[in-house]
Amino acid sequence: MIMHLVPQIIFIIICVAAIGLFARRVMDIRQNILLGRDAYYTDNAAQRWRNVLLLAFGQKKMFRNPLVAILHFFVYAGFIIINIEVLEIILDGMLGSHRLFAPYLGSAYNLLINAFELLAVLVITACAVFLVRRNIIKIKRFISKDLDGWPRSDANYILITEIILMLLFLTMNATDQVLQSRGYGHYAEHITGNFIISGMLMPAYGSLSDGTLVTLERSCWWLHIVGILAFMNYLPYSKHLHIILAFPNAYYARLLPKGEMNNMPAVQNEVLYAMQPELAPTPDPDAPTPKFGARDVFDLSWKNLLDAYTCTECGRCSAACPANITGKALSPRKIMMDTRDRLTEVAKNIKTNRQFKDDGKSLLHSYITVEELRACTTCNACVEECPVSISPLEIILELRRSLIMEESNAPQEWNAMFSNIENNFAPWKFSPDDRDKWASEMSS
Amino acid sequence: MQVPVMAELFAKQETPDILFWVGCAGSFDQRAQKITQAFTIILEKAGIKYAILGKEEACTGDPARRAGNEFLFQMMAYQNIQTLNNYGIKKIVTACPHCFNTLKNEYPVLGGNYEVIHHASFLQQLIDEGKVKMKESGSFKGKKITYHDSCYLGRANNIYEAPRKVLEALDGELVEMKHCRSKGLCCGAGGAQMFKEEEKGTVRVNLERTDEALGTGATVIASACPFCNTMLTDGVKNKEKEDTVLVLDVAELVARSLAE
Repeated sequence: MIMHLVPQIIFIIICVAAIGLFARRVMDIRQNILLGRDAYYTDNAAQRWRNVLLLAFGQKKMFRNPLVAILHFFVYAGFIIINIEVLEIILDGMLGSHRLFAPYLGSAYNLLINAFELLAVLVITACAVFLVRRNIIKIKRFISKDLDGWPRSDANYILITEIILMLLFLTMNATDQVLQSRGYGHYAEHITGNFIISGMLMPAYGSLSDGTLVTLERSCWWLHIVGILAFMNYLPYSKHLHIILAFPNAYYARLLPKGEMNNMPAVQNEVLYAMQPELAPTPDPDAPTPKFGARDVFDLSWKNLLDAYTCTECGRCSAACPANITGKALSPRKIMMDTRDRLTEVAKNIKTNRQFKDDGKSLLHSYITVEELRACTTCNACVEECPVSISPLEIILELRRSLIMEESNAPQEWNAMFSNIENNFAPWKFSPDDRDKWASEMSS
Repeated sequence: MQVPVMAELFAKQETPDILFWVGCAGSFDQRAQKITQAFTIILEKAGIKYAILGKEEACTGDPARRAGNEFLFQMMAYQNIQTLNNYGIKKIVTACPHCFNTLKNEYPVLGGNYEVIHHASFLQQLIDEGKVKMKESGSFKGKKITYHDSCYLGRANNIYEAPRKVLEALDGELVEMKHCRSKGLCCGAGGAQMFKEEEKGTVRVNLERTDEALGTGATVIASACPFCNTMLTDGVKNKEKEDTVLVLDVAELVARSLAE
């Protein structure tokens, strides 16, 4: 009697462990994101929900390349819709039942499973095409050196895992149907009839013995669900986390015109008090010296850090970046990957030392070089292209602020430009008296 | 022709309908001065009551801010907002997308609230309202024209159609580059790049873009930004095509096609 319950107990333990581990990791990531500066992204809720619907659910930006968008949509729809089937699988596992929903749903059950199977085929096809694009056609943004090492393997592991999970699902259904047709054991109690895809696979298993089939069916069932739980726990360590974070990231997307840079009220006030000293408050000697721009991940906003975890390294940003296209060191994708890698390192540091212990490194310089930052034309192509509402530009500009205002690190020509603006009110060395010379030429 | 200056109008207690913000490129750069003059001619022709700030105008601070020098930006913004507010300026037109972006998007939070319009949109309005009329058979009729989107007009502020509408009024044949509208490729000047040597790479950004523009077979490359104009003009010269391909601002194209 007890022996009968063993699989259920094992299943429940695996589920609880998987969900527990996942939840802990999610809390860790949340904590890491909140290491960023405060920023308010709560205005205009209506527009924000619209962005969630259009950009995240509707994947609007993906459709800038319709063919890839459709393939990606298959994988996405497959992922979401097949989760309904996962619900049945989980309940079956806990209750020790088999195809729990079948008797309640009647013919709708077959309709649903058929839909899942069709989706499974579409997912397999799309993932196969994606593997070919990455590894055989070698599309430029996928062979970029940004992805050398782990990131490239990460992408392939994800695609292969998705294919395997779908194949397990189809094999499970096919062997189940062969056993049904033989009237074997409890399989005979749920006659589902043939499913649309796995039904076609039945002949392949027809010659196997009942025992082998049961083993195969059970193995597929276990591998499929354990695979899904394992994949769920792989997510937060992988670029694939975008399937979750794309939604909050769309909600918190920047709503200002793309050309508008974030204001720095501290600097604004300092200039105001210099110009109108009567407005200046009595200086507070205990006030910490303000920091200008971002040198490390702590100085970025939490939205910048959420961006970093949301990035799935697709490289659309870098493929559109004028600097990257023309062979400069800058790659907006690398900016995001560097930010996440540094954040991971900082989080580890904090975990080990209970608080951040200076490690002599920073996002600026140790990860992102001056040359990369200097190549940006602030053209917003990266921001425009990102399907999941990331702004690499905001990070680039914050780091540039730190370079100039904290380190006085500027190319000589920029220093000349600054002094021209300050003294002649124009970036070039012209006399302000000549500003309307073009007009006097017209009057003569 | 006498270009009205704000200080003089103010002394006479007159107020213009619109302030023409010329910008540093339009004021000092020899090539861009021609754009400024072309736009002024159109303003006169359309009977617009306008004025310039003249010597009182100063850099908006855009290149300083994008380079990372927020202090200098804030100083320039403070100074300009004082000037504009003292004159009670309500409406501004400018031929520079960088000035446009800064005045329109970045000055309001600092206390400078104006209706700011880019000259491409302004020209479109003048044409739509019939205040500017084109010659029946202008010099650009039937010519292949390609339009290069300025990043600070396009992606930064979602203005894609106005300059194209203006070009359509010239009766030319508008041909698009592979990268156009929201996919437009930068000329390479933005983000204060105009004021420094380009970083090490395989090709210059302006040459990459010029190649694309020349690839359309257009004989006119139209732009709506003095910096894009400089970059593309340099590109065309580099490709030794300056005898066959013109790089012109939308205002210049309109000014050259005005009905008598």
